[in-house]
Formats: sequence, C-alpha cells, structure tokens
Amino acid sequence: MFTSVDDVSARLAATGYLASPAVATTVFLADRLGKPLLVEGPAGVGKTELAKAVAEVAGARLVRLQCYEGVDESRALYEWNHAKQLLRISAGRDETWDETRTDIFSEEFLLTRPLLTAIRGDDPKVLLIDETDKADIEVEGLLLEVLSDFQVTVPELGTITATRRPFVVLTSNASRELSEALRRRCLFLHIGFPDEELERRIVRLKVPGLDAALAESVVRVVGALRAMDLRKVPSVAETIDWAHTLLALGADTLDETVVRDSMGVLLKHQDDVLKAAAKLDLDAV
Amino acid sequence: MTAPSAGAVSDRLTGLVAALRAHGVRIGTGETVDAAQAVAALGLADRELLREGLAATLLHGTGQRQVFDPVFDLYFPRGVGGPDGESADREDLRERLASALASGDQALMAGLAAEAVDGLGGYGASPGSDGWSSYQTLDRLRPQTLLARVRDDIRARSGGPEFADRLLDDEIRRRIEVFRGLVAAEARRRVAERRGRDEIARRAVAPTADRVDFLFAGKAQLAELRRTVQPLARKLATRLAARRRRAARGSIDLRRTLRGSLSTGGVPMRPVLRRRRPARPELVLLCDVSGSVSGFSDFTMLLVQALHDQFSKVRVFAFVNRIDEVTGLLVHGAADPEGLGARIRAEATLTGWHGSSDYGVALGEFAERHENAVGPRTTVFVLGDARTNMSDPNLPALRHIAERARRTYWLNPEQRSQWGTGDSAAPAYAGLVDMHECRTARQLGTLVTRLLPV
Repeated sequence: MFTSVDDVSARLAATGYLASPAVATTVFLADRLGKPLLVEGPAGVGKTELAKAVAEVAGARLVRLQCYEGVDESRALYEWNHAKQLLRISAGRDETWDETRTDIFSEEFLLTRPLLTAIRGDDPKVLLIDETDKADIEVEGLLLEVLSDFQVTVPELGTITATRRPFVVLTSNASRELSEALRRRCLFLHIGFPDEELERRIVRLKVPGLDAALAESVVRVVGALRAMDLRKVPSVAETIDWAHTLLALGADTLDETVVRDSMGVLLKHQDDVLKAAAKLDLDAV
Repeated sequence: MTAPSAGAVSDRLTGLVAALRAHGVRIGTGETVDAAQAVAALGLADRELLREGLAATLLHGTGQRQVFDPVFDLYFPRGVGGPDGESADREDLRERLASALASGDQALMAGLAAEAVDGLGGYGASPGSDGWSSYQTLDRLRPQTLLARVRDDIRARSGGPEFADRLLDDEIRRRIEVFRGLVAAEARRRVAERRGRDEIARRAVAPTADRVDFLFAGKAQLAELRRTVQPLARKLATRLAARRRRAARGSIDLRRTLRGSLSTGGVPMRPVLRRRRPARPELVLLCDVSGSVSGFSDFTMLLVQALHDQFSKVRVFAFVNRIDEVTGLLVHGAADPEGLGARIRAEATLTGWHGSSDYGVALGEFAERHENAVGPRTTVFVLGDARTNMSDPNLPALRHIAERARRTYWLNPEQRSQWGTGDSAAPAYAGLVDMHECRTARQLGTLVTRLLPV
C-alpha cells in the first residue's frame, strides 16, 4: 500500500491527518508486516481518526466494531437470521428435512457482523475495533483467531479465510489491561500528545483562520497546562476547540480576560480551572 | 553509518532484546523476528525511524518505553567515540548552550551534550579517560544557572510582551531537563564503549516506575508513581468488579437445591445458587507515615482513596507513635497528592515525646480509642515495615484488632529476607496476621486485586 515512511506521512497529510514520525513508521510497518495495529493513548489525540485517514488513503471501506461491555459473538462476528430461517422452513412444507437443513444454514441466512464483513470479499478494507478495552475479556479470545490468521470459523459453513487481508486498527484507552496474547499479535503504538511544532501545524490546519502568532501562544499555554498535575489534561481535541473558540470570540492575542472566559473549553474540572488560573497568574476566577 | 553485515545487525538486535528482557519486558521470539523484518523494511539509514519501528514491534505497553529508549541508545548509538576537534572549554560551552536553549534546537543540544561529556565528564588517569560521569559534567557545566540569561535572550528577540511569555521560565526549565537527559544518555554511551554494552544496559538504565522499590525511590520516581495512581485504580476497579461478578454468580446452595428436588422426585433439576448479601465491604487502613516508609504509605493511601467508591466505608489512620484519623485530609488531598504527606504530618497528632515510630503504642492507642471503627465487615490493612525501634511490639493489641475484624493483612515494604533483622518485629506480627511483602507498585497492584474484599 505504501512505498516508504515519507510516503505514509505525505499521503496521510493529504487527507488532513498530520502524523508524527512514530505514527507514520508504525503504520508503514503494519502495512508491510501485515499485522494489526494496537493504538493506545489518552482520549482525543486522534486514535480513531488515524483509522479513518488510513481508510481514505487506501481507498478502502472502513468497517467499524464499536466495543462495549457485553458485546458478544453475535454482535461482533456473525448471527443466523432466525426469522428468515423460520420463514424458509414454513415456505417449503413438502421438502424433506435434509434439503431444508442444508438450505437454511447457507450464506443467504447468515447475518455478517463487522469482523466477518472485514474478512469476506475482495475489496480493500480497514477494520477498526474501537475501544477494545471496553469489551469483556471473553471477546479478546474471539479476536485472537481473526487477528492472527484472518479467519473465522462458522461451524455450519466451515472456516472462512480472508482472500485479502484487511488493515486492522485496534484502539484502547487502557481502562483495562488487554491480555498479553492479544498484545503479542499486534504492533503497539502509543500516541501521546504531539510536540509543540506538530501541534502548531495541526492547529493551523484545522483552524485555518487563526493568526500564526496566536496559534503559537495557544500551543504554548496548552503545553504548560499539560505539564501540570491536573485531573484531566487538555488533549489535542481541546486545543482545536479552544482555537475555534478564540476565533469565534475574535481575539487577536491572548490576554487575561480572554483566557479566563474561555478556560472552560480546555479544562473540565473546577479544581483544574482554579489550579490553572493560579499558574497562569489570572486574577481570581 | 556504514552498512554493517547482516550478522552484526542481528547480533545487535538479539543483544537489545536480551537487555530489555533483563529489565522485565516480556518479548517472545516471534516479536524478535518481527523486529528483524521491521529493520529490513525500514533500513538503517534513519535512526529515529528505526527506533520507532523497533519500539512498535518489541513493546506491548506504554510504561516500557522509558526503559526501551536508553537501551536502544546503547545498542544503536548515535556515533562512535568522542566528538572531533579540540575539547571546548567551559565558558564557551555555556555560551553556546545558552543560545541552543534559547532557540530550543534539539540537534544542537545533543551535539553540545556530546562535547560537554567529552570535555568535562572524563575522570581517571589513563590517556583519554577511565570513564565518563554525567553527574560531574552537569556539576561543572551548571546548565540550571543559565535560566536568567536564556530568558533575557528570548525576551530581547521577540517583539512586545506576550501572554504566553509568563510560561517562559517553565519552558526553559523543561529544555534544561531535556539537556540533562541528553548528557546522561551520552555519558552512558561513552562508558558502554569502554566497559561493554550488555553490562551498562543492565545496570545503568533505571527500571520502570512500577518496579522501583518504595523504600529506595527518589523524589522524581515518587512523583511519577503518584501519576500512575488514577490509571492503576481504574484497572484495579475493573478487576474487582469482575471478581465481584464471579462471586455473585456464587456457589450452589446444597440444602435448597435438594429441597427443591423433592418436587421432581428427588432429581435435582434446578440448581439453587447461594444468595449473596449485597453489602459493600468496609476498609480500615493503618499507615505508618514515619520518614522511612512514607513513600509507600502515601502511595497506598492515594490508591485506596482513588478506589473509595468500591467500598461502603473507607477509614484511614496514620501513625508514627500516636495514631490519628486522616480520612478527611485524604478526601481533600486527592487534588494535591504532592502535599499530602506534609499536610498529614502537620495537621494530625502523630508523635508524642519523640519522632521515631512505635508500633506498640500506636496499635494500643488504636485498639483503645478507635475500636469501633473495626467490625465484622471490616478488612484491616496495616502498612509499615514493623520496625519498632526496640520498644514493645504490643502483640495483644494487634490480636484484639484481628479478632474484631473480618480479615487483617499487613503489607510490608521490606524485602522478606530483611524481616526480623535488627529492630524489626515482623515475624512476631506475621504470626498473628497475614503479612505480605509489598516492595513495588506492581506487587501492590497484584496484592490489592487478590486481597481486597469483594
């Protein structure tokens, strides 16, 4: 899919995703080695966006499995369409049982869920397994077969193997430690907060109307807040929101009043706001 | 970098993997093969790409990165030998460092770090030198004293005053920290050239925070540990919830199953499960906060506080040689974990006539004054090294507490082999209650999942 790491950065950038060298390298390797990519990092640094950008670059369909507590085989893999099977049985009354049985367990009655969808078919696909840590530990076992061999076993149909391997991205917020078995099958990528230079470019790209000097100040303030010990440090998403807010307020430069009024966009806890105000020498809020 | 032979690269790679394994990073052969494929795909031209590629294939978690980076620097060094040319003198180096800090140029700073270690860090008598010390380099160079100069530099360069300029001091301090890291890495690299890479990789690279002994952790490591409290608590909470779910499914109630089977002719068709009373357990913590073990108790207190919604009631008592309740301080302390220890020592009555810890008196006082805090639903944790400074361990008091409580555990931050040496009363206490060795955050995590009541 990609020829070099620079090629990855350039083509991702063309879709509006500015990748750090770490991200570009890992995406390149995931493509080369044909391994799934496990992405961890704080909320709002663009883990899900990465999968979308890769799908766009590759001209592939994005198949998304959103994990939650209680997601199971019939939501993730496949399910038999019971209602349709019943209809089929009652429609063919004078058939022998053997004919009916072979018929109702055919592909026509199979409801494919994301994991199976990603494996079947010849068109290129990107499989995004979002918030893997939210799913129960049993689901990980289900993923192992899919991720290591790109195959799914349906007892009535046999084993379905991918003719064309999808590019797999798993994301996790580390609210639960994923099992070692799952981690071993993946390339690991931690997306942290970007460095100042990259974040400045991201802000300029996402909020084109913002003045360059102001963008620099915005990034510096956010960087200082991240160095503090806060309950919830601002993420890239918050930086962009703040830049949008400043643009909407018509601010040309940062000053006490503007920062104080718009602090709520960056920080979501009152304790944090007070702490930040003390740090930035704002008057009492 | 000249193109090395394939054998040399694979030796280098397996050496790197062995060093990482020695630091507790679990890497299988499959991953090593992946890493080799990554090297083949990326080539050796760009060192930073190689670093990211190896990290992606070899590592499995975020915390492992801080071990990986220094080890990588040793096995795939930036260069060989010292910098070319004359070794620079101190004033000249400071001058150039100031301008590099002002512009925030990382590459320039790395070059200066190499020169500084070469010029200022060498010690020993042999030509060249016997070794290189980052401590000595930084002590002679004193980069921290450049702060004011760099600030004036940047101020003069930029136009008018700006809002973000009030953050300048912190930014410069961070850059100086980066420079210190570069110097340390460079000194490690030079030493490794002389003494052998494998040994330096094992000995000179700091372990991850969760494997650092509480008793020997420095200030920075404790601060880093404190930052891991929230994620760790979240992880433990999910594990506890899973244990609770399993416990709620419960065991079979034999009497009621047999009773029900009468209606089906004595065949137990429907198993009846024992019903669990939905009572959340109570927790009481007795923490030794004297200087020797305060790092350990502070961390554990914060962790328990972060887990407080898992319990119906959490009460925390701190002692040195008097005991006092600090639950209230802890609730407010969540916002400012750094000051917690100092505040506890300032606001609670913990010491009597002297300042050293006395488990006997503290336990006795607890049994006498706060007896009601412990009931049949309570689990008691005692945190401390059980070093009583030669005074009476007061075993009856602990026995009394253990009898009232549902469970009593003792977490000891000392190595098991140290128990009972000197003034330690650990074996005596261990005879009464379950005592567990708990030296690192990782051990604490496993103990908490296992021991906490559900």
